[in-house]
Amino acid sequence: MSDTPLLKVKDISKFYGSRIGCRDVSFDLWPGEVLAIVGESGSGKTTLLNCISTRLLPTTGSVEYHMRDETYRELFRMNEAERRFLMRTDWGFVHQNPADGLRMTVSAGANVGERLMAIGNRHYGNIRATAVDWLERVEIDADRIDDQPRAFSGGMRQRLQIARNLVTGPRLVFMDEPTGGLDVSVQARLLDLVRGLVNDLGLSAIIVTHDLAVARLLSHRMMVMKDGYVIEHGLTDRVLDDPREPYTQLLVSSILQV
Amino acid sequence: MATPLVVSEVFKSFTMHLRDGIRLPVVADVSFSVAAGECVVLGGPSGIGKSSLLKMIYGNYAVDAGQILVAHKDRITDLATADPRTVLEVRRHTMGYVSQFLRTVPRVAAIDVVAEPLLARGVALADARQRAGALLAQLNLPQELWQLPPATFSGGEQQRVNIARGFITDHAILLLDEPTASLDARNRAVVVAMIEEKKKAGVALLGIFHDEEVREAVGSRILDVSRFSPRKSAA
Repeated sequence: MSDTPLLKVKDISKFYGSRIGCRDVSFDLWPGEVLAIVGESGSGKTTLLNCISTRLLPTTGSVEYHMRDETYRELFRMNEAERRFLMRTDWGFVHQNPADGLRMTVSAGANVGERLMAIGNRHYGNIRATAVDWLERVEIDADRIDDQPRAFSGGMRQRLQIARNLVTGPRLVFMDEPTGGLDVSVQARLLDLVRGLVNDLGLSAIIVTHDLAVARLLSHRMMVMKDGYVIEHGLTDRVLDDPREPYTQLLVSSILQV
Repeated sequence: MATPLVVSEVFKSFTMHLRDGIRLPVVADVSFSVAAGECVVLGGPSGIGKSSLLKMIYGNYAVDAGQILVAHKDRITDLATADPRTVLEVRRHTMGYVSQFLRTVPRVAAIDVVAEPLLARGVALADARQRAGALLAQLNLPQELWQLPPATFSGGEQQRVNIARGFITDHAILLLDEPTASLDARNRAVVVAMIEEKKKAGVALLGIFHDEEVREAVGSRILDVSRFSPRKSAA
């Protein structure tokens, strides 16, 4: 069991004027750990995700990341170029809407290959071979490699976005409602795929979702947010089987049984 | 060697905030231990808190007070206060759990459901699958089902997948929640033999068995959970 957290989040708050986005959030994320952030729309979960992933500047607080050279770096003290390099290589970000994370007018292969080129790969044959391999891992037929994601279904686009993010072997992946807007059958396939990839690659991940079934299937640990605050936090099984807070009890009791 | 599992002065209640904050006491002042090589049977009527007790020990339920001490990697860990990743680490290496129902994951084949706890501990895929297959064969699960996801299996078939998954590791502590409930006599006998093997191997077992025959066959002693009923201690 590793004794150094991958990410140390301390007292993150974000205000939009006088309105609270998220307030006083602190936690450590460990290597190989999947954390789910749940809560209803407007609870602050996406604000928190964006602050941690440096897509948004928090009003207060710090986020330290354990770099590959074993040092900790404060993300908001890095310069823009260093941060972008980190996001392109060691991190992934899977958006709810694949169009936000893909380039819709270049081929599927180029979408995957682009991140490889960003870290210095120049050999066309190798890049294409890696792209084919990743398309297969996310269950997209290799003969679609030259098609643009515009021609893909929603589920395929989302799988392509995942391939694009994982091809550089990141250690940390952020996901914002990765299964939102997909049909249930497509969702199941995607969840299963993500679960397998996370296990095989030993990734750490922070997943924002309002779907407790997604959290149960994918995460080890769960944070419940309401009105910008983390109101309950613990082992996913425990939070779902024995919720303590009134709001968490309401969430859990609202799940429809099939 | 330390006692594998010691439960000490544990209290548990549920507060139902959606029902005007009504407090439902579950158990009070639970203390007992399970030694290596014994199978302790939780006894008492339905609703007395037997399953809840197993869920507290496994970490699915929080406890209000008390200690749940497990011997984990040459140290004693208190699961009542452990952080999530310690609980997961204890589950991976020290404590297994066979629940009544299998929580199926879409698209994962039965043999891989069974092999998964070994993979999580770093065993190679081929070895893990081979051991999974041996267990499924022992439990008489037809080989043509091994490559199928268990979602469409019958209750008894799912339960055998679940048992195989729970028994495949050499966890020092094994919690069993009615593992034989939907099995026929032949497969019940197989499970009884498997529990005996675990006892011989020095595993500490704690279980709920409604089937009297199984209880008689495997139980080293019965722990009457009604002893810990909060209603009694309140009187």
